[in-house]
Amino acid sequence: MSLIEVKNLEKIYQNEGVSTPALRDVTFNIEKGEFVSIMGPSGSGKSTLLHILGFLDEHTRGEYRFKGKTIKDYSGEELAHLRNKEMGFIFQMFNLLPRISVLENVKLPLIYSGVKEALWNDISLKAIEAVGLSHRINHESSQLSGGEKQRVVIARALINNPQVIFADEPTGNLDSESGKTIMEILQKLNEETGHTIVLITHETYTAEHAQRIIRFIDGKIESDRRVEHRLKAQDHFRK
Amino acid sequence: MLLKYSFKTAFNGLKSHKSRSALTILGIVIGITAVMMVMSLGEGMQSLILNEIQGQMGSRVIEVAPGGQPKGPTDFLSMFSDSLKQKDLEALTRKSNVPYADEIMPLVFGSESIAYGSETYRATLYGMTDAASRLYNIRPGKGRFLTDEDVKNYADVVVIGSEVKEDLFSNDEAIGQKVKIKGKNFKIIGILEKKGQGLIGYDETVIIPYTTAQRYVLGIKYFNHIIVEADSEKNVLQTVEDIEITMRNSHNIQSSDKDDFHVQSQADAMKMVSTITGIITLFLAAVAAISLLVGGVGIMNIMLVAVTERTREIGLRKALGATDKDILTQFILEAVLLTAMGGLIGIILGTTFSFLASIILSKLVSLGWQFTFPFVGASAGLGVSALVGLIFGIYPARQASLKSPIEALRYE
Repeated sequence: MSLIEVKNLEKIYQNEGVSTPALRDVTFNIEKGEFVSIMGPSGSGKSTLLHILGFLDEHTRGEYRFKGKTIKDYSGEELAHLRNKEMGFIFQMFNLLPRISVLENVKLPLIYSGVKEALWNDISLKAIEAVGLSHRINHESSQLSGGEKQRVVIARALINNPQVIFADEPTGNLDSESGKTIMEILQKLNEETGHTIVLITHETYTAEHAQRIIRFIDGKIESDRRVEHRLKAQDHFRK
Repeated sequence: MLLKYSFKTAFNGLKSHKSRSALTILGIVIGITAVMMVMSLGEGMQSLILNEIQGQMGSRVIEVAPGGQPKGPTDFLSMFSDSLKQKDLEALTRKSNVPYADEIMPLVFGSESIAYGSETYRATLYGMTDAASRLYNIRPGKGRFLTDEDVKNYADVVVIGSEVKEDLFSNDEAIGQKVKIKGKNFKIIGILEKKGQGLIGYDETVIIPYTTAQRYVLGIKYFNHIIVEADSEKNVLQTVEDIEITMRNSHNIQSSDKDDFHVQSQADAMKMVSTITGIITLFLAAVAAISLLVGGVGIMNIMLVAVTERTREIGLRKALGATDKDILTQFILEAVLLTAMGGLIGIILGTTFSFLASIILSKLVSLGWQFTFPFVGASAGLGVSALVGLIFGIYPARQASLKSPIEALRYE
């Protein structure tokens, strides 16, 4: 059983009587521990796909199974729990809460997790250390640079040690140097701690940090191939 | 989600919009302040009146009034009926009927003009006996009070209040002067001590023997009240009972619901006053509480704005694992926290204002006004304001909790 199984998946948006297909007959699997890039121009349906994979949105037809179960198998509360425990989200727009500290932002998923409050600080500090922001814990998120913000978001995504991390254009709003740091962290998470990573990007360069690239055009899979010369963020960084 | 953390989150939400939060709770603050003031001043008024009754009507004093026990506002009209007669007074005076009666005094009253030369004064005229001085604790500051002889002889003598004296005579000597009441000359024999304002303004009264008042001034053969004083406080209840039995015998009444008189002790009077002032206070507080409703609508409005504004935050929290219930709790708590804070400020302001009012009132009108902190009002105020938050917070909070995470995250 694959971690993620997608079969003949379709998503049609209904808006004032006009139906717009966003995904058409999409089929693929992602195994546990894989690092997959989903590529395509804007409007190709890749963000829609990520939302469906993250159980943030429902598909119209076909089948999507996460750990063998579909969205229909879960109640609203179970879905919230699943997003909290098994999935980590990284957004292009960061989505940090303004006016509260880095530490409080990273802590956010713990509040909803059932983890004992006494442990929250330790867990959060470890996650912040893992993305190299220990010197920024008490800064408000609005005082950080884009790259630092995205590292906070990664720390937040990691905090409940999820099975899979969904990253939607994580480097889209960053300069190339910060982008490389983010990719280095993601690769490290994949290789050293075995996190499954699903990365959405429209840049070939970023996509090639993954082991596999699924390319979308107009809501359909155009190609699904392994990356032969995988880029190592760490190497670039050293140069 | 931990309740403690919900509070923290809600508090942070409010803190980030300080001036808006402050303006939002203004309605609640005003409402609770008004309720607090009404309740505090109401309680002050009540204790003032009760003190007056205690001070002016000794605890052993029992009042027999015409008409049955008043059950509604219209029954008070029967207070002016003529059912109390001379034979009742005689029956009550008999020791075998009312053994514990110490003093018995008939009382008549009316509003009369009293004239001296070209000056006139509209005063409340009481027809009393010498016993009034002991029963009501009124003493002549100058001259003398009525005597038994004055009453027996239908004497045309009058004791006047200090205000009456000042108005008619200013600084001139009044004792021994003649004044005209209903065309009849009365000799002033005494001037009452100045008492200051009270429930009964003795300073503005004139007192003459009740016999003279009945025959020459009011032209009546009945009494407005018969006042009985029991010999001790423990005999008051027994005496009330004795009076009722005597009166029923005298009037040939078989059952108490046919009574054409009623008997009131100080305890009864105090109970009645408490009830009346209590109702007035409650009514005024209810009117003031309408502003709480208005405040509540304001809260709902602002919470709806906050929910729209924070759509992205709601989406994010949901993506990170918040359930619908978590979001609902967060926003309801915000509303409740907001209104409870308003309630707290209102209680502080209301207490301060009514304290100031009590100082001003006692200075201004030389009343023995006492400040009372309305504990009931305070706790009810806090409870009601929190409830307003709960009721008016539910709708916006529900709107927030029903947002789909993806719609919310996309919201710009």
